[in-house]
Amino acid sequence: MSAWLNIKTITKRELAAYFSSPLAYVFIIIFLLLCGFFTFMVGGFFEMGQASLARPFFDWHPWFYLFLVPAVGMRLWAEERRVGTLELLLTMPITPWQAIVGKFLASWLFLGLALVLTFPVVITVNYLGNPDNGVIFAAYVGSWLMAGAYLAVSCITSAMTRNQVVSFIVSVVACLFLILAGFPPVVRLISNTFPTLLVDLITSFSVITHFEGFQKGILDSRDIVFFVSVIVFSLFTTSVILRSHRA
Amino acid sequence: MIKVENLVKVFGPKRAVDGISFSVERGEVLGFLGPNGAGKSTTMRMITGFILPTSGKVTVGGFDMLEKPIEAKRLIGYLPENAPAYVDMTVQGFLNFSAEIRGLHGDAKKRAVNRAVEMCFLESVLHQSVDTLSKGYRHRTCFAQSIIHDPDVLILDEPTDGLDPNQKHEVRNLIRRMGERKAIIFSTHILEEVDAVCSRAIIIDRGRIVANGTPSELRRKSESSGAVTLRVSGVNAAALTQKLSQIPAVKRTTIVREEATSVTVRVYPKGDVNGALAESIADATQGLRIHELHTEEGRLDEVFRSITLSDTAKSEEKK
Ligand SMILES: Nc1ncnc2c1ncn2[C@@H]1O[C@H](COP(=O)(O)OP(=O)(O)O)[C@@H](O)[C@H]1O
Ligand SMILES: [Mg+2]
Repeated sequence: MSAWLNIKTITKRELAAYFSSPLAYVFIIIFLLLCGFFTFMVGGFFEMGQASLARPFFDWHPWFYLFLVPAVGMRLWAEERRVGTLELLLTMPITPWQAIVGKFLASWLFLGLALVLTFPVVITVNYLGNPDNGVIFAAYVGSWLMAGAYLAVSCITSAMTRNQVVSFIVSVVACLFLILAGFPPVVRLISNTFPTLLVDLITSFSVITHFEGFQKGILDSRDIVFFVSVIVFSLFTTSVILRSHRA
Repeated sequence: MIKVENLVKVFGPKRAVDGISFSVERGEVLGFLGPNGAGKSTTMRMITGFILPTSGKVTVGGFDMLEKPIEAKRLIGYLPENAPAYVDMTVQGFLNFSAEIRGLHGDAKKRAVNRAVEMCFLESVLHQSVDTLSKGYRHRTCFAQSIIHDPDVLILDEPTDGLDPNQKHEVRNLIRRMGERKAIIFSTHILEEVDAVCSRAIIIDRGRIVANGTPSELRRKSESSGAVTLRVSGVNAAALTQKLSQIPAVKRTTIVREEATSVTVRVYPKGDVNGALAESIADATQGLRIHELHTEEGRLDEVFRSITLSDTAKSEEKK
């Protein structure tokens, strides 16, 4: 009970911190502009002649997140360590887990908000035709889970350094791996050299492979378990890193 | 309230804290003295549970910091070195957050924040962003955070650092007043603060306790403690020294100043003579005009210098 209260207090503070600086608004605007531009101009939404968002809109999400999520996550722990507030946070009567979950939730909710604000795209397809809104909803859920996985990876890199820029770069590289492991051109390349078993293992780590199902409107428990495990594992790693700073 | 047993912290090859033990009860204000790098902050960080000891034990209010960290931390208010605070919040937002994370909500939170704001004179900057505060105000904001839940134990790492003389005075008064009901540890390298605030002081050097006692006990360790300073006229220095050296209780005499009209000397006693030295000197100098005659209490800075090895001394030693 008090655990949730503590998490809520931390989450509230973090969210307030986001919106106290113009960065949050800049981030949301960039995200929305990217979504609009890529969906309608690059993605060939109008040329397709069918009312679907699965490809022209959601296909881009793994790539948007590659830069935007590390930008959101980079300050989470690096800034606390640089300013010294980590010393306040970790001497308050809360467990490190509550702090980690509270901070993660705040950023994840923020990303969720940015995602929700793309609703004009959904309105547009509904205006132009008759899309399957169930599929769209499933894809949104998948997209948010994927953002959470990227974010949890950024938590690790943010806990490793005081320097936000270093944190950003390392987490972009790590997230790039999560994409490329299932990116069709890369998969084709590795399937020429490696045995199928190994290729399957590598692609099973990719967010693209697991996002695919959501885009088709399938909520497969294995995909959900994948994203949730990446999040839990990464947050656990974050706690180990934070503890190592205290030893 | 606070019990520290054989605390050790090793950073790589360095023993930053090397077997420190002490305890502090309610109603005590313990001063933590020592040159830079002595291990004061490291000790405080282990007491507050921020860093984990290499070995040793910390209990606060009976709760072991390693086994029951939440219960122990609840009792503590902590002002870290350099007074960090969330720069992306207003002073009020920061204090509200601190109160909430301490489990205060609704009216209790409001009362706690108001009380802390009043005690730390923060009314005028309440709605200002922490980012834009002057150093003194930021320090007091962090200080307010540490007392917001009226804790039984206060750990203050250099609470007067960076404050102007008036602010220093206010903070010292605050610590002394709060010390009547709490157990307080505060670190400083300003010696006058020890007299102004502490009921007891510990001097730390290179991770070890080198002295522990009330301020007057510490002062008695200084070389000049018990020595007598004498200023007379109508005699030259040599004759005076000659005369004084015949007193059995005198160990040696040094000339402090020789002026046309008077001579000032300091007389060091043999062993502990408990003030009797001044009397014997007065007897021996009858007939001379005495301008000044007093027994030295001893000086903290002398004690400090003689028992600690400062960083500069260390580096000189290496050369
Ligand atoms: N995180 C750390 N890693 C390595 N060495 C440290 C760390 N923190 C402190 N030290 C070293 O431990 C010694 C004691 O430091 P500190 O406790 O800050 O001293 P004080 O507060 O008395 O000035 C110093 O030599 C310092 O360099
Ligand atoms: Mg220090």
